Amino acid sequence: MTGITMGKALNLALHDALERDDHVVMFGEDVGKLGGVFRVSDGLQDEFGRERVFNTPLAEATIAALALGMAMKGFRPVAEMQFDAFSYPSFQQVTSNIAKYHTRTAGAVNMQLVIRIPYGGNIGAIEQHSESPETYYVHTAGLKVVTPSTPEDAYRLLAAAIQDPDPVIFLEPKARYWMRQDVELPAIPLPLDRANVVREGRDATLIAYGPTVQTALAAAEQGESEGVSLEVVDLRSLAPLDMDTLRTSVRKTRRAVVVHEAPVFMGLGAEIAAQLMHDLFDVLEAPIERIGNATIPYPPSRFEKLFLPDADRILEAVDRIREY
Amino acid sequence: MGVSDMAKALHARPQSQEGGDNPIAALLDENGVLTVEGERIADVSDEQLRELYRMMVIARRLDQEGLNLQRQGELGLWGPYVGHEAAQVGAALAMETTDWIFPYYRDFAMAVCRGIDPGGILTIFRGLTHGAWNPYEYRFAPFIIPVGTQVPHAVGFAVGCKFDHEQTAVLVGFGEGATSTGDWHEAMNFAGVFQAPVVFLCENNQWAISVPLNEQVSGRVVDRAAGYGFPGVRIDGTDVLTVYAVVKAAAKHAREGNGPFLIESVSYRMQPHTTSDDPTRYRTDADVEPWRDKDKDPVERCATRLRQRNAFDESFVAAVTQEAEERAAAMRQTVLTAQPAHPESVFNMVFANPPAALLRERDEFAASLEQGGAE
Repeated sequence: MTGITMGKALNLALHDALERDDHVVMFGEDVGKLGGVFRVSDGLQDEFGRERVFNTPLAEATIAALALGMAMKGFRPVAEMQFDAFSYPSFQQVTSNIAKYHTRTAGAVNMQLVIRIPYGGNIGAIEQHSESPETYYVHTAGLKVVTPSTPEDAYRLLAAAIQDPDPVIFLEPKARYWMRQDVELPAIPLPLDRANVVREGRDATLIAYGPTVQTALAAAEQGESEGVSLEVVDLRSLAPLDMDTLRTSVRKTRRAVVVHEAPVFMGLGAEIAAQLMHDLFDVLEAPIERIGNATIPYPPSRFEKLFLPDADRILEAVDRIREY
Repeated sequence: MGVSDMAKALHARPQSQEGGDNPIAALLDENGVLTVEGERIADVSDEQLRELYRMMVIARRLDQEGLNLQRQGELGLWGPYVGHEAAQVGAALAMETTDWIFPYYRDFAMAVCRGIDPGGILTIFRGLTHGAWNPYEYRFAPFIIPVGTQVPHAVGFAVGCKFDHEQTAVLVGFGEGATSTGDWHEAMNFAGVFQAPVVFLCENNQWAISVPLNEQVSGRVVDRAAGYGFPGVRIDGTDVLTVYAVVKAAAKHAREGNGPFLIESVSYRMQPHTTSDDPTRYRTDADVEPWRDKDKDPVERCATRLRQRNAFDESFVAAVTQEAEERAAAMRQTVLTAQPAHPESVFNMVFANPPAALLRERDEFAASLEQGGAE
């Protein structure tokens, strides 16, 4: 299909999954007639009916728990959280029950469910609508956490997440919902644990995911015009991390910058930098740079661009590690 | 008319003790005990009542053995359920084998009634495993420790049963402390909205560790049901006949598509919350004493009912006591001889489809164990 948005790609992935397997169900707040606040479920209730695509009461903990119970019954639930910060009431169900249920039943019960969460900023929103909660989820063993950066990846990762027998936290970069791309459909599912080298380069590796992949690509483009060759790796999977791909890239470039919207403090960049430092200590030419938010609650939208990663901040970091 | 027909037959009956169209409430007197007429309608046979007695005696003996094992240092923890025997045995035996039960952590006797090996369950409390049975084999979900969080699981499962067009009821157990949680209220609301076939069983033992009922619950648990648009009853949770009859009727109500039902079963926690608790700091023996009365003790009370039916004799009691002793000994033997799995097995239960990264971590761990063993 030509020029579909990421929102539409997600909608199509849901559609195709609902069509393929009559035990796929999709639910959350406002996902019925409205089609969700981002219209990701647009038209699905009309086509598949109220027992396949349905509104729930406004209660995220029980939206997650409903997914657990229905997964146990043999369904493949896809639950929608309306916004990042609104997923927090479901945190106990996700961390204490969903992530541990397979272990708690010695492997007898599979949690084949997906929890979709729109995340990230850069949409000019009020408080609670721009958060990057990925560290909370990746720090919980028993969850798989993925995030797409393009419409095609969105389709292929969501298809994979719905088919997988384990719980998947599916983080959707809401600033990229309107990004367009030609996508050949139906596309085959992607592996849930592999990163993707989206641009090859020699001088440094930019490690990004979700909303910051396009930012990193823009920086690489600008870098090239300034004579710097930058490789860009899209993590796709945040848990587990595909360290093989990262090591291969950094072994080649010997320098790396991790770019995310989440606060730098204890962000994914910390883990990635620590692992690369450990594994490639003799190879690295400079410390790993990390770009992300300050240690503040997400700022008012008037200031958000000052705190979001952009090409200039990335290239300044590249300059620092090249001059180290 | 049998118990199984009770809910249906009485649907046309007028107002109940709790208000609203509640035929099950009409079977109960003001103390939440089956009336003579209710008992006639419930039509529980002598043999069924003897079975309830038998399982309660076994449950109580196993509880004593669990406590002994903990005191002897063989278990890390034990959560006694003395005072709950009628609620747990009555409810578990009232459910059809095709129904499901989502227990809370104290529902040990329910698990035993479902046929799960008690010695196997104790391996959880001995720290050998987090999961001791396959829920699909017994239609019995795992014990859930975060209070109240299992309640919406049961609702989700029940919604699935409904969407699969099954005639299945789902019973969920919890204490009165759980009714303070948001998850519990959300689950009640979802169950009403989706008309899920759930029987909510509150085992109100009047204590949440040290917090008494009047500091825990404003109003009455049973009255919450009306707010969520479905019926509920408060019953005397020390009378196994009442529990059995009411749960059976409520499950039928749910199974037949009439939506959820709330049962508040009131009894008393006779023992500490767990073996880590010290109730002398917050209640006196005088508080507990009235509940030791033979009219309040679930086992004694059932014996009285059996005597009234001339269905209680020395040989029956001797056989049941003997069986309870044997099962307690077998439970002890099973748990004390249970071998821990290889430590690396913990890596194998995290995911159904484990990522390569986790398998590498497992192999590194296994290699480090081997290395340690060689030194």
